[in-house]
Amino acid sequence: MTTVATAKKPRLAVFKFASCDGCQLQLLDAEGQLRAIADQVEIDHFLEARSRSLPGPYDIGLVEGSISTPADIPRILEIRRQCRFLVTIGACATSGGIQALRNWGQVDEFLGAVYATPAYVQSLEKSTAIADHVPVDFELRGCPIDTRQLVELVSAVVVGRRPRVPTYSVCVECKMRGTVCVAVARGIACLGPVTQAGCDALCPAHDRECFGCFGPSQQPNLVSLNGFYERQGASRERLGRLVQSFNAWSPEFHAEHDRLAGGPDTEADR
Amino acid sequence: MPDSSSIPGDWRWLDADGLQILIDLLRGRGFRVVGPRIADGAIVIGDIDSAAQLPTGWLDDQDGGSYRLRQDKAAGTFDHVVGPHSLKNFLFPARETLQHWTRDDRGWHDTTPAEPPRPLAVIGVRGCDLAALAIQDRVFLGGDHVDPAYKARRERLFLLAVNCRRAAATCFCHSMGCGPAAGPGFDLALTETDGRFAVETGSEAGAALLAELAARGSPVTPAEILDEAAIEQVRDIPRRLGREMHARRAEPGRPVPRSLDTDGIRDLLFSNLEHPRWQQVADRCLSCANCTLVCPTCFCSSVSDVADLSGDHASRERQWASCFTLEHSQMHGGNARPTVASRYRQWLTHKLAGWIDQFGSSGCTGCGRCITWCPVGIDLTAEVAAIREAPTP
Repeated sequence: MTTVATAKKPRLAVFKFASCDGCQLQLLDAEGQLRAIADQVEIDHFLEARSRSLPGPYDIGLVEGSISTPADIPRILEIRRQCRFLVTIGACATSGGIQALRNWGQVDEFLGAVYATPAYVQSLEKSTAIADHVPVDFELRGCPIDTRQLVELVSAVVVGRRPRVPTYSVCVECKMRGTVCVAVARGIACLGPVTQAGCDALCPAHDRECFGCFGPSQQPNLVSLNGFYERQGASRERLGRLVQSFNAWSPEFHAEHDRLAGGPDTEADR
Repeated sequence: MPDSSSIPGDWRWLDADGLQILIDLLRGRGFRVVGPRIADGAIVIGDIDSAAQLPTGWLDDQDGGSYRLRQDKAAGTFDHVVGPHSLKNFLFPARETLQHWTRDDRGWHDTTPAEPPRPLAVIGVRGCDLAALAIQDRVFLGGDHVDPAYKARRERLFLLAVNCRRAAATCFCHSMGCGPAAGPGFDLALTETDGRFAVETGSEAGAALLAELAARGSPVTPAEILDEAAIEQVRDIPRRLGREMHARRAEPGRPVPRSLDTDGIRDLLFSNLEHPRWQQVADRCLSCANCTLVCPTCFCSSVSDVADLSGDHASRERQWASCFTLEHSQMHGGNARPTVASRYRQWLTHKLAGWIDQFGSSGCTGCGRCITWCPVGIDLTAEVAAIREAPTP
């Protein structure tokens, strides 16, 4: 874990790539703790919050969004050079985001269908994660990220300790809240058992399945889980759509989508 | 006039109104009263202030990875079995602040809340969960290192148990010697029969409460004493269910419960550590940790010291942990159990074998929660049976 503890206050910068700005807004959403954060770090580049922008290098760089246009690539390389500790924030930056659904299609076709003058639009074939282009020091998952995890990350980085960000499944959060399992008690196909915690199991607490906003958990066994859901009557189409959302291009969800869509079935002798 | 003196071992009749008076008496004595309630498609343990909140007329159909409620006019108040919650949720809560410290100009001050926990009365505790409580007592109260927070809650606990007269397909308490009859360890135990309850007194606290109820002399609550013949009839209700479970029979329309052959189970598991079954179950296991979190005896936790941004407030936080997470076995230099197979094996061999060496009993009470609440229905009784059927030479 890189330490950025210095005599002076660490300098923080926030950058945006292809994204909705929702993850940056989670920093502003920290309302009650914003002053405490500002006491600990100098916010030197955060266009969503202030027009003043000071040049790098920065101690902490928070990067939102995916790499989606040719201009993004030299820009992220330069940002990496300018930031000692680079953190991706959110599903777009960490796995390519909802816009990575285009990765299964032809970009030229989309451009022709959507824009009057497609020639004006510069777009890469695929929307990809920041870590596909530069080394990343830490990932904050989520769509959007969780404000408590963001505050924890800043607190930890400032003093040079490891952030307390769990890597276990959403199920652990459901059980700790006392939420009744929607998969077991209602037969709803839920991604909780294969999704990393961080949201405090928000959707199951409101009678909905987990949609996988925080991406795959460690060693996710999607083949077993979806095999069970299929035997309970869920269609492969529905299960494929469930993994093909905010983190569709994460390697684990991507492979599972393609398996459900007719790729090789590795669920031998089950 | 009903006799108002009551001692442990006494039996009295109670009608549905009497149950309400019991709840009122407990609340009047300052207890938070919790018990079985329907919420979110399951029978959970929630706050109870009226007997009408109890799930009378509801049954739970349980199987591997599946739990469904249904109404049944013939069902009594306690004919459901255990749900996703257990006593653990209350005595060993999922998150707890062990210490809290605050810094000011004069230094650090211990600002840990010192007030004792509110007394808790739990309605509807089953034999398997009383056994689980005894196991957690050994973990948290036994030996040199007593857990003060658990102890404080345990000392303020009133247990209104229930003798089961129905088993779910996931139940196997009979195999573990923990049910279906409840006890020991309760203050009062109810057996439901013909629309009323026979109440057995199990402790001085239970006797005192029953005496207070009897002293009311309410015409609807005679709290009359059972004679020997009646006691024997009532005792036979859970015994009859136990005999059915042992015989692997069930009344028409009811599922046959599971069973677990525990004969020599410690040596069986320890001599099959390289059995191919561990990898086969790992192919299905999600390592999601649900089994350990619903288990009423699993006691692992992680403790973290946390501070706020100002650094003026620090606390020591404890939360549930699970041997199924990679984090649990992460150490300096690597992970001791990097595969799902190694983690499932760790859990099952600890629960059913290592526990015997460590605490003098199995860590399993046959409640079946880990089977029902596994999202893919992995069944430890089937895993043990598979190893027993074809042990490694």
